[in-house]
Amino acid sequence: MSEDWYPGASPDLLRARAAMLAGIRAFFAGRGVLEVETPMLSRAAATDPALESLVAGTDTGYRYLHTSPEFPMKRLLAAGSGDIYQIARVFRAGEAGRYHNPEFSLLEWYRLGFDEHRLMDEVEALVRGLAAANDPGPAERLDYAEAFRRHAGLDPFAATVAELSACAADHGIVFSGELDRDGWLDLLMSQVVAPGLPAGRLTFIHGYPASQAALARLRPGDPPTAARFELHWGSLELANGFHELSDADEQAARFARDLEIRQARGLPEVPVDRHLLAALQAGLPDCAGVALGLDRLLMCLTGATHIDQVLAFAWDKA
Amino acid sequence: MANYSTSEFKSGLKILMDGDPYVIIENEFVKPGKGQAFNRVKVRNLKTGRVLEKTFKSGDSVEAADVMDTNMQYLYTDGEFWHFMVPDTFEQHAAGEAAVADAIKWLKEQDMCVVTLWNGVPLAVSPPNFVELTITQCDPGVRGDTAQGGTKPATLETGAVVKVPLFVEEGEKVRVDTRTGEYVSRV
Repeated sequence: MSEDWYPGASPDLLRARAAMLAGIRAFFAGRGVLEVETPMLSRAAATDPALESLVAGTDTGYRYLHTSPEFPMKRLLAAGSGDIYQIARVFRAGEAGRYHNPEFSLLEWYRLGFDEHRLMDEVEALVRGLAAANDPGPAERLDYAEAFRRHAGLDPFAATVAELSACAADHGIVFSGELDRDGWLDLLMSQVVAPGLPAGRLTFIHGYPASQAALARLRPGDPPTAARFELHWGSLELANGFHELSDADEQAARFARDLEIRQARGLPEVPVDRHLLAALQAGLPDCAGVALGLDRLLMCLTGATHIDQVLAFAWDKA
Repeated sequence: MANYSTSEFKSGLKILMDGDPYVIIENEFVKPGKGQAFNRVKVRNLKTGRVLEKTFKSGDSVEAADVMDTNMQYLYTDGEFWHFMVPDTFEQHAAGEAAVADAIKWLKEQDMCVVTLWNGVPLAVSPPNFVELTITQCDPGVRGDTAQGGTKPATLETGAVVKVPLFVEEGEKVRVDTRTGEYVSRV
């Protein structure tokens, strides 16, 4: 008989998850942030070429399982919801490994009038509050360029592709395949910079290259940067946040660029979220938002070494 | 040629890189929040045994190595090659010294084993985890020494030498774990 029916998470971990969820709800209740729910199945999909949506067949045609609740939450914000948060199960095709499960829990929240720095303060307060006795201490804030200078020994804004690939080779990374400039930066970020961050400590990396803005607004400068941050606990990335892009035309242009990249890479063509564009047109209040991976946070809070240990039933047991 | 996408990577998968067959030992999926995903793999070269790490862009594919594990019966050696046969088809394969390596010291004629074929040619031979072999030579046990749990070397019918407890005698059949080369029990 197979043991596959049996949960992967111990009773202690099930309790730790429940305590984490209760702690999150208490945190936001105390700050007057409203809990909301939005659809998991949408007519539109994420256009981000790095994300692949799962598709569900329904009696009225195909629907996409959300990769994050970002678009409908922004529609609520544009409609005047005020500060909101959501604890959502989200889905990303093909993402499985020690720190990934194709179905996972995401905490996403939006704060009106915040920029990314004020939101980093709040992320830090939440995470350190949940950690309680295992407090990782105050977070360090490191800008993207400084993080690369410190841990990879180069300037990510000035380095050529040849210099980026030489840097990877110097760090013992044997890569086979083709990468564009952002691809090399991602390789170095995930395999050289992040592993160099201090173990057991929180680090925010912010001020990303404009080419990696995703849904963040751009900050003019030389070079211009994206108002985007990521939180790492040790080397593990936990959260990604933006001072949100609110310009509908710019958003439409980014969707179009994503679709071009998808076409060039032979990725599935996906329907763009027209409702989001209409909501931005109507006016998204100035806000910052962040998505935090709860399964990974629970790993950090409990010392688990594989995501399967914090999930009642991981992908292979589902 | 068959190909494997990185999404099919898992330990045990046989792939071809730079003309050599490799087996994946470990596969780690690495993805920064908003960017390119990678598969970082640890692979063993099936010809040399050398282990190395390599990083692929997720979604890329790698040629499959035509490597197959097949149950075969060991027939005999002519001194240069070791001959094996697939029992169902009587198909025979000759393996060189590099392929049989250490495995042969656990095999006697007629025994079953796993022969790894690469493009139809034996690449490696693996004995069963446990084999039962007769002791052809060992010194008599010394009376009274059994309580000390001492051991003595014993030569088996295949030529392998294992340490056995003092009470085990020449001519007896013993069970041996081929992964550790250790005596398990008398049969």
